[in-house]
Parts: sequence; C-alpha cells; structure tokens
Amino acid sequence: MRVGLFVTCLVDSMRPRIGFATIKLLEAAGCEVIVPEHQTCCGQPGYNSGDRESAKKLALKFISEFESFEYVVIPSGSCAGMIRVHYPELFGDDPALFARFTALGKRTYELTDFLANIAKLEKAPGNFNGTITYHDSCSGLRELDVYKQPRALLATMPQVALNEMVESTTCCGFGGTFSVKYGEISTRMADNKCQHITDTHADAIVGGDLGCLLNIEGRMRRNGDNTTRVLHVAEVLSGMDKER
Amino acid sequence: MQNNSINFKKQATIKLADVRLQNALSRLQSRFVGGRAAVISEINDFQETRTAAAAVRDMALNDLEHWLLQFEQQATARGAVIHWAENGDDVNRIVAEIAALHGVRTAAKSKSMVSEECGLNDALEKAGVKVMETDLGEYILQLAHEAPSHIVAPVVHKNKEEIADLFADHHHTPRKTGIAELCREAREVLRPVFLNADMGISGGNFMIAETGSVLIVTNEGNGRLVTTLPRVHVAITGIEKVVPTLEDVTTLLRLLPRSATGQSITNYISLLTGTKSSEDHDGPEHFHIILLDNGRSSILGSDMQKMLRCIRCGACMNHCPVYQNIGGHAYGWVYPGPMGSILTPLLGGLEASPDLPNASTLCGACGAVCPVRIPLPDLLRNLREKQMERGMKTRQETFLLKSWAWLALHPKIYSFSTKIGVRLMKMMGGNKKLIHSLPGAPGWTNGRDFPAPSGQTFRELYQQGKHS
Repeated sequence: MRVGLFVTCLVDSMRPRIGFATIKLLEAAGCEVIVPEHQTCCGQPGYNSGDRESAKKLALKFISEFESFEYVVIPSGSCAGMIRVHYPELFGDDPALFARFTALGKRTYELTDFLANIAKLEKAPGNFNGTITYHDSCSGLRELDVYKQPRALLATMPQVALNEMVESTTCCGFGGTFSVKYGEISTRMADNKCQHITDTHADAIVGGDLGCLLNIEGRMRRNGDNTTRVLHVAEVLSGMDKER
Repeated sequence: MQNNSINFKKQATIKLADVRLQNALSRLQSRFVGGRAAVISEINDFQETRTAAAAVRDMALNDLEHWLLQFEQQATARGAVIHWAENGDDVNRIVAEIAALHGVRTAAKSKSMVSEECGLNDALEKAGVKVMETDLGEYILQLAHEAPSHIVAPVVHKNKEEIADLFADHHHTPRKTGIAELCREAREVLRPVFLNADMGISGGNFMIAETGSVLIVTNEGNGRLVTTLPRVHVAITGIEKVVPTLEDVTTLLRLLPRSATGQSITNYISLLTGTKSSEDHDGPEHFHIILLDNGRSSILGSDMQKMLRCIRCGACMNHCPVYQNIGGHAYGWVYPGPMGSILTPLLGGLEASPDLPNASTLCGACGAVCPVRIPLPDLLRNLREKQMERGMKTRQETFLLKSWAWLALHPKIYSFSTKIGVRLMKMMGGNKKLIHSLPGAPGWTNGRDFPAPSGQTFRELYQQGKHS
C-alpha cells in the first residue's frame, strides 16, 4: 500500500518524533510511506475561526500534493476530520471539486483508524510497560468514529494496562484558537481533564491529537505534576516513547 | 429581557470563581447527561428517530406560512383567538390588552422561555396585573429577582440552602431544608394562586396545524392548572413551533423528554384545543394564542434555518463542556449553551454577541445529542464566517489568521520560519522544557505552561535522514 503521510503542522514543529513514530508504524504494517515535501497546514485554524477563503486555498494545495496516493494517513483526528468531512463541504458549490475532495476524503485516515481497519496491524512494535489512560479527542471521536481503534492496537501490547478515566470523551478544552481566546474557560476544562487523569493513577495519558496533549500537559505541569507522561498514541505503539 | 451577551467574557470569569454555582452545575451533569444516556436505549432505532424528527421539523419550516395559516384556521374554528406579534413589545401589549378586555387582575403563569424574551412579567406588573410564576423553579427565581440559567431547569444554579433562605424570607415561615418540605411549602403558597387567578399564561412546546391545538410538556402539574382553571388562557410561543399533524408530534415527543430530563415521558403532556364547550367540565372560556416572530422569520430560508428546528430540550447545554463550567447566566440572554450561542446572535444581532459563536471548542458534543439533528457546530462556524466577512474580527486576529494562511501557502518561507520558531521556543523552554509565558498568547500561559518543542522540525530531520 502506497501511503502519503501528512504529519500536520503541530507535529512538524512541536513534536517531530510523532511523525517518525507514524512512519515506523506504517512500515511495520507493510506500507510504503511517502512524505510530500511541501506539505504545511490543512487550514483548520482558519476554517474554525471563520476564514473560509484561506481554508479553501489550503485545501487546494493539499489535494495537489496528496491526490495521487492510494491512502493518506494523518496522526491526528482533527486534521483527518478536516480533510474527510470539511474539505468536501468547502466545495459544495463546485461539483467537480466536490467529487474530487469526497474521493480524497474517503482515502484519508486517522492513524489508528488506518492501522486497525485498513492496514490491519496485528501487533504494535512498542514495548511500553505501565498503566495508561486514554483521552478521546473530539474530532476523531465524533467525526471519524475513532474510539475502539487505539484501544484495540494498545491491547496488542502485553505490558500496557489501560485504566479508563471517567469522561474520556469530554473535550479537554483545547479547541485550537479557543484555548488562547478563552484561556480561563479552556484552563478549567483542562483542569477537569487533569483531575480525571490523576484519579486513574496512570503512568501516562495517551491520545491521538497533539493539540489536546499540549493542552493537557501544559495544565498538568503548571499544577506541579511532572511525572505523569503525556504521549501520543503513535509514540506508545511504535516504542518511540522514551524521554526526549 | 435585556441582552447582556456583550459581557460574556467578564461574566464567565465571575462564574468560574463561583463555588456554589460550580457545585450546582456538577449535579446537573450527572442527572441529565446520565439520565439521557440511560433512557435513549429504550428506543431501538434512536438514530433513525432523530432523523425522522429532523424531517418533521424541516417539513414544517419549509412551508411555515402554510402550516401557520392552517393552525390559525383550525384554532379559530375551535374558539381560540390568534394574535401575531412581531416583537416582544407586541406580545406585552397584546397580553395587557387581553387582560384589560377580560378584567384580569391576577395571572398565574407556567414556564415560558418566549415570555422571557419579551420581559412579560415586568410589562404586566406595569399594566397593573399581578403575575405569579407557578413553575417551582420560575417561582424561586421570581422571589430572587433572577433570570433562568437553563431552559429546562431554570434554577439549576441555586442550591437547596439558598432556596431555603428565600422561602423563609418571603413566606415568613420557619426555615426548612428538606426538599419535600420545601416543595410542600411552595405548593401551599401556589394552590390559592391557581384557584384565584383570572388569567393563566403558558408557553407552547408545539402547535398542531391539523387540530389547532397547543401542546405543552410539563412535570409539575402547574401547567395543566394554569391552562384549565382560570377563565382566560393565553399561550405564547414562537412561530417556528408549528408541526403539521398529531402523528408528527408523537415522533418529537419520543425524543423531547428523553433528551431533556432523561425521562421516558413527562408527568404531563397537555393538548390544549379550543375553549371550554358546553360538554366540558373545565377549560378556559377565552383562549388566546400569541405567535411571536422576534427575528425568527429572518432565519427562515437562510443558511441558518436548521436552528429553527430546535425543540428546546436543553440537551446541547447539558452536554456542553463550556456550559457545564460557566452555567447559563454568563451567556447574557434567555437562551444559553450552544443553541443560545447561535440563537442569541441571530435574534439579537451578531454585533451584540461577538463572543458567543466563538466561545465553543467545536467539540461536537451538542450536535451529537441534538434530537432534531441541528448541526450546531457547523452553525457556530457559519456565524464565525459571517463575523469575518463583515469585518467584525479584531485586526490582530484577522492579521494572524491571514499571515498563517499565507505562510502555509508558501512552503519554503514556512519551512524557514518554523525552523527559527522552534529553535526560539526550545530556548524559551530551558532545562525543564516548559515555556511559562508566551508573548502574544497570555490566554494560554496564564493557566498553563507550553511544552517546549525539541528544536528541530520534522521536515528538517526527515530531510537530514534522507541525505545521511
């Protein structure tokens, strides 16, 4: 399977290791991974802030770089949701482009969804040893139905024990620009999330979207918790989860 | 009611610090969110029922004038009088005129959010009519001179202790703290109100075009008393609440109580049709139905029309993590939470509520539970687009959004800028790899650190790997 990897702007800048972890996992699942060189951002920040014009331009850039792949895989539910659900909607008034974006959307997957349902990775190569709790990021969960996939993949790792937090599907308060514009509300939502994580006594909080993870880790560290690890599911599954 | 949503941010800050409110809100969540989850499983084809309910609402909205005229004709034929009100002032004037016409001095009122839009109680008091709220929650709020903070559970922001104080003060009785005792005391105060009122005022959950009936969904029994005991009944509702047939409304009734309070069915569903006839034992001699527009017709036929599907169950706010943390008053007008964040700007002007469409993470919880499948996150985003189009965003935000998009469209400059950016951020993070203060983003770092990046971008590391 020939897979185009979209690493996402956040992973590119903030935690590149997640990109390499994703490549490792896709290769372990037997995929040929290609990373288009000029990729940048899917346009979600603008789109969700009302800048539809910019989002359309970035969608056109994206399709010019990724349309040729059999599959497109993204280590983020919100970016994958942008492409699968919102790109076609942006071009609702242009039947030709709408069809192309719909077709591209159908071939575009969030990483764990792809590994579990398409590539059918039987055993994750990681060797994480400890208890984790899983945060279900909103877009992956509600736009792409990503819930069982990461849990199924983590279950292939014998040393991983999953201890579910309450309200794992409640938003952590990130919400892109929301986290800066409405910092106090966002921080309170992150606080609630951190409390639920702490209550599980897990060694690591794991999730599939770096934005949420930065938000959770940011609040956790500010609150003085410097031991609970905050990891992307690709880092755990691939074994690239050691201290930086 | 005065629209104070311009102060959303300030209000939210106050509410986040209000410990009593926070405790009250946590109870709402467990009761309504948990309750709904438990009872929706009673419907085998729940998702299909949502789709059917949305279709019922769309059928009504797509031909609203037709159904409203049919409703008017049927209701009139059964003795009701229909009044059309363009805005809240019209409603207040019409109710005052009806009161004058029938020599009304006291009115007993059951819960109506539409009447809150109009500020009806104050207007009637000015017209010399004594109004008593009889829904327990609304009664408590009337004593406290406060507005509802939730469309189904109006007094959710208050705890039992506060209510006990209010009752002791206003009823001049020994302070009681048991819920049953407090309810009994309220009942003792309210019973004579029902019996003595000249006029009953209610809302209307639905209007049924084929029969000219107003349907109300209640739990306390006060709704049935105020609509049947007094000689005059005035029902006030929005023009969008019409549905074609009784059969259509049954689909909506399968979802409304389950979505609202986690009940399979409410204690009362009252179908109010026409005036008291010679064979009837009870019912009003005069039945007036006031249909309020107040901006709704301007939503009709627009890209926001799906908002008019709303059946006011409150599930969106019960499940909204923003509402759950700040409560309803922060939103500044009658309707809070996700539905209010759309309806308030639509009815009161986007300029008056610049924060509301943005005060959501677009987490999608609201859209996922809406019984009539209103795409609430999409509608919030639509409003953000309108703000952008109309130049209502701050210059700083527009500049940042446009700059980011420009950078992302120019990969080489993007690559260069991010390379420098992550190196700077790495330095700012120091040994602990945490940035405590980010210039330009105090909203983030006032409450959170920012985990510092490792100092090189994925694209440069990937290129290095390819060449080594």
